[in-house]
Amino acid sequence: MNTRSTGVKTLGRRLGIVAIVLLLLVVPYLTDLIGGNATLSLITRILIYSIAAASLNFVLGYGGMISLGHAAFFGIGGYAVGLLFVHHGSDPLLGFIPGSNQLLVTIPAAVLISGLLALLIGALSLRTGGVQFIMITLAFAQMIFFFFVGLKAYGGEDGIIIRRTNEFLGLNMRDRVVLYYVVLGFWAVFMLALWRVINSSFGTVLKGIRQNERRMAALGFAPYKYKLWAFVLSGMGAGLSGALMANFLRFASPDMLHWTKSAALMTMVILGGVGSFFGPLLGTAAYLVLETELAAWTEYWQFWLGLILMAVVLGTKGGLNGLIARAAALLMRGRS
Amino acid sequence: MILILEQLLNGLQYGVMLFLLAAGLTLIFGIMGVINLAHGSLYMVGAYAGTLAAGAVGNFWIGIPVALAVAAITGFAVEALVIRRLYARDHLDQVLATFALILLFNQAITWGIGRQPVFVTIPEGLAAPVELLPGLFYPPYRLVIIAAGLLVAFGLYLLINRTRIGMLVRAGATNRDMVRALGVDIRLLYTIVFGLGALLAGFAGYMAGPISAVQVGMGEQILLATFVVVVVGGVGSIKGAFVAGIGLGVVDTMLRAFLPGMLRAFMPASEADALGIGIASMGIYLLMALVLLVRPKGLFAAGG
Repeated sequence: MNTRSTGVKTLGRRLGIVAIVLLLLVVPYLTDLIGGNATLSLITRILIYSIAAASLNFVLGYGGMISLGHAAFFGIGGYAVGLLFVHHGSDPLLGFIPGSNQLLVTIPAAVLISGLLALLIGALSLRTGGVQFIMITLAFAQMIFFFFVGLKAYGGEDGIIIRRTNEFLGLNMRDRVVLYYVVLGFWAVFMLALWRVINSSFGTVLKGIRQNERRMAALGFAPYKYKLWAFVLSGMGAGLSGALMANFLRFASPDMLHWTKSAALMTMVILGGVGSFFGPLLGTAAYLVLETELAAWTEYWQFWLGLILMAVVLGTKGGLNGLIARAAALLMRGRS
Repeated sequence: MILILEQLLNGLQYGVMLFLLAAGLTLIFGIMGVINLAHGSLYMVGAYAGTLAAGAVGNFWIGIPVALAVAAITGFAVEALVIRRLYARDHLDQVLATFALILLFNQAITWGIGRQPVFVTIPEGLAAPVELLPGLFYPPYRLVIIAAGLLVAFGLYLLINRTRIGMLVRAGATNRDMVRALGVDIRLLYTIVFGLGALLAGFAGYMAGPISAVQVGMGEQILLATFVVVVVGGVGSIKGAFVAGIGLGVVDTMLRAFLPGMLRAFMPASEADALGIGIASMGIYLLMALVLLVRPKGLFAAGG
């Protein structure tokens, strides 16, 4: 009985994933049918932000580290693309790094630099915990924010305009449909990698540390090391998201680094449900759709967003994902 | 030398402001275990209420009791409606619920009053600069803020160290569960602490009004600096809030005043100004990171 129901569960889950993938593959045709270029952009943005949200969820939900500074990695990813573009075809960055407009160069560069930044910030921040961890991650992100605001040579407050989306395998990246499929490709690779990491022994140890750090230490795992590597991986994911976003918007600005961006990413994670694999995707979709719909309806959309956020935090356990799971459980019970 | 003294006084004034906010916040942190991002909103509410009342009556001093009362009432309402549900939750829920409060307060004020900043005029006797030392002219209003802040600090010292409520507050900051186990009505204590924090925030907001504009978003600007003060000073410690508030206020003001000038020696003036302000803004965060690396719980953490 028990094994059968878990069998049904995994089958249902697999079918669900296949359905999501198929749906994502035909999105451009569907949006074409309803004639909405805006809808395709919205879905592209959902995919890009969900990479950052899933990365944050990895440290937040699986590792128990409440980082209020993930905008730093998101923004650095974006600025990596912007800086490399500015120096493409002119003098090298800092005198020795040649610029580039190739996506296959800029994305790894963005991921690498945000990973290094996460290593630095994580190594220092993880010496603290609790409130202090939240605040120190916020502090580091603010430092980077103010640094780029002050960096007049690269636009300061106005940011960097990237005149053309990076080139990739000779595709026409100006076409929004092509860009969508490129983003979808990166998203799929990222999600697969994340799935592998979460279900690896590393992921299991990480979850163990969240539940009881002292016990894991007693079992012979060094919590600091595991948490640090998780933080680095998460930073790399957020950097990837920022690099894609800079390509999508053709713009990188301090706005990407602002602390409200960190809070927005956290909101997406919470809306979807902390510590669930597809929660961040759901949450990102909910957040961005809400933002778009509310902003079209009223100038004061943030008021309603605040109310909804409050209701979700105070009223639900496990966000949208939890809500869906409970609704599904109710349905199943009703049927049997 | 005159310039340095003047900036030192400016730093002291900013530091006193930070202390007024941080004192409430550190108690809410330390005793109730709640991260309250909306503390800046209470600062903003106090500033708006006082400024509008003073504008309507035409008397600056009327604004003070109004700011205090409205901020305290708002604080009680927020505590009863939202914060009370967050005591048992983890930090994550607290951050998000109070972040939602920021959105609500900002939008409500934009809705009801508008985006335009509102102003209050300083009483006449306090506006014209007075000569403190030969050659050092300083606006007396800022001196009033410094004096008021120091007075509040002294009052808080007496309240915390010499009264029964203060004793419970100190005990709560050291070991919350033990206080509850001893049969103290902790819920009442929470409400008092939150109301006191709101009162101080509203006072700070109104006093800051004539110096920095009263506008939507004024709370968040100072909120992050206040958090830095709380964390550097040590959660739950009024003494820490005082030392860190004054210290960081002075450091921040000094960096802003003198760093661009120093950078001008190395680069063009416009770039030096922007970069100088940028790095000066990083200063307090850098200091906090350094303090936390040496003392992960801050300088004067309560409860060890």
